[in-house]
Amino acid sequence: MAKSKIKSNFKIKNHLNYILIGVVLVITFIMNSIGELGRLDRSTLVRISFSIILAVSLNLVVGFLGELSLGHAGFMCVGAYLGGYFVNVFSGFIDSPLLVYVISIMIGGLISAFFGLVIGIPALRLKGDYLAIATLAFGEIVRNIFKNIKFFGASQGLETKIYPEKEFFIITLITVIVVLILCQNLIRSKHGRAVTAIRDNEIAAKSMGINVTFYKLFIFIIAAFFAGVAGVIYAQCIGQVKQESFSYNYSIEILVMVVLGGMGSINGSIIAATIITYLNILLQNELSGPLASVKLVVYAIILIFAILFNNAPAFNNLKNKLSLKGNRKKSKEKDDEAEWNRIDTKIKMDEMLSYDLPNDDDVNSYSNSKEDN
Amino acid sequence: MVTLLDGLSLGAIYALIALGYTMVYGIAKMLNFAHGDVIMVGAYAIFTVFSITGNPVIAFIVSIILCVVLGIVIEKLAYKPLRTASPLAVLITAIGVSNLLQGLAQLIFGTEPKSVIILNKLGSVEIADGIILNISTIVTLVLSAIIMIVLTLFIKKTKTGRAMLAVSEDKGAAQLMGVNVNKIIMITFAIGSALAAFASLFYLIKIPVSPSFGALPGIKAFAAAVIGGIGSIPGAMVGGILLGLVENICLSIDVIAPYTTSIEFGLLILILLVKPTGILGKKIREKV
Repeated sequence: MAKSKIKSNFKIKNHLNYILIGVVLVITFIMNSIGELGRLDRSTLVRISFSIILAVSLNLVVGFLGELSLGHAGFMCVGAYLGGYFVNVFSGFIDSPLLVYVISIMIGGLISAFFGLVIGIPALRLKGDYLAIATLAFGEIVRNIFKNIKFFGASQGLETKIYPEKEFFIITLITVIVVLILCQNLIRSKHGRAVTAIRDNEIAAKSMGINVTFYKLFIFIIAAFFAGVAGVIYAQCIGQVKQESFSYNYSIEILVMVVLGGMGSINGSIIAATIITYLNILLQNELSGPLASVKLVVYAIILIFAILFNNAPAFNNLKNKLSLKGNRKKSKEKDDEAEWNRIDTKIKMDEMLSYDLPNDDDVNSYSNSKEDN
Repeated sequence: MVTLLDGLSLGAIYALIALGYTMVYGIAKMLNFAHGDVIMVGAYAIFTVFSITGNPVIAFIVSIILCVVLGIVIEKLAYKPLRTASPLAVLITAIGVSNLLQGLAQLIFGTEPKSVIILNKLGSVEIADGIILNISTIVTLVLSAIIMIVLTLFIKKTKTGRAMLAVSEDKGAAQLMGVNVNKIIMITFAIGSALAAFASLFYLIKIPVSPSFGALPGIKAFAAAVIGGIGSIPGAMVGGILLGLVENICLSIDVIAPYTTSIEFGLLILILLVKPTGILGKKIREKV
């Protein structure tokens, strides 16, 4: 009896975000049918939708897999160009814009996912800083290539067909809900637990029989797919795809959303993406010209403080004071755990695991380290 | 011939920047994303002081001092509190610092590029028939070579340099041997930033200064550091010069010139695939 009660409580909490977006959807739909929603509001909703998709998908990589990807805008760029192109092609002979939308987000997403696979294969061999650089390089390569392909309009950018109906925001919000359901179920599944295990300790995860390479690639491809989907929505919302929009700075903006919302928190990403996108649009008119850089400065300061606050030991006291959950006890336990880990176990786990070929160098370093002890 | 020499001088600039990355990586085990923007700050310092005083030497000295101070301040405020945090947190902070510097530069100087003519004024010489070379290229090459030699000697011969090597090898052991690790990290940031000031002087020959002045050479020099093997000082030189040569050779061939950036970053990805630790890098094993 008690068990089922816990279960049902848990469920409502878990599905809060879809319900919330569903409520937003219904409210905006009603407002729209009354005529309260202007053109700008509708496009704001669309922009918020694709920002949420971007932030949630980047959170899969950064928050759940624990690897930094700086090429998310690059994947979005691929989706936007190719998806936009297919929108143009299909709307020639398919009447229903909804069908065109569905087909093109699938194609845009899949091609983007293919790029995710291509970049993911070298990414398998890399981690941490190297991976960040490889993805950054990828983002720059994509932009450089699209800039020079005449087929996609070269430096002029690709003109894409804007979604012809007013109710585009409803479709994008539904897409957001679908993406959220997929992501959340993925994270809560066996596969999701495997991914977080890799984040927490890769070697331990490997020794538990988790296929690290597979899951890294898997998450990378999924994130690339959703970034591509976001790109197609972008193309159908803005009407013109230009490679400048997908620069490194845009990747950073998505990263700010993820970090501000909390790495590893999907709800946090949703909130942060909504706030930042809304502020962007709100400040677009206020902060044009020389004041536009204020935005950059503010983002940077937010980013630095969010990280310092969460990670620097100097802020621990302040954090405990502000915390609602009473983290004080918890952090102490963590410290004890760390103490325990520091005890030398005399088993050189890393050497045991990376001991592949007994050539001379390896044997020497092994015996040297033994002598050190 | 001219292409190769230009490539070498560009490579020397990349190598100088890459040295800053690689030294910080070797010692603090972090990626200093803000390094490219220190170059930008140096260039703006040269621009401002030069337009006020008209004296290039004073401008350059001010720029070096400013860069060094900036490097130390960034280290103290942003990176030092995170010494024990995860690498991801440090990396994101570094990106934040980089954006902060760019934003501030935009706020102060605006987005319009401003050109500074110091080394370009030196003109050019004809070394052989038909081969005309800018003196600035030669100055860049010679000065960079001198800086690199001095740096190598400094690290190998002086006490501080050897302490740096010790810290990069094993932080804990170095501390036990009486090395002040925090001080060494600070010195590393200071040297890296001074090299960045030199790089900004040389890079000003090529393009005018704007808030994103340091971004592209920063990323490329980082790529060079990774190609050469990050953490390795000769590796940074090799990687930088290789990348500079590749860039200039690609730019001189019309068909592939627009794709130069792709080729450079493609080279980076290729190297990472074949030898993830770079040409001269050592294999690092992960500890549990």
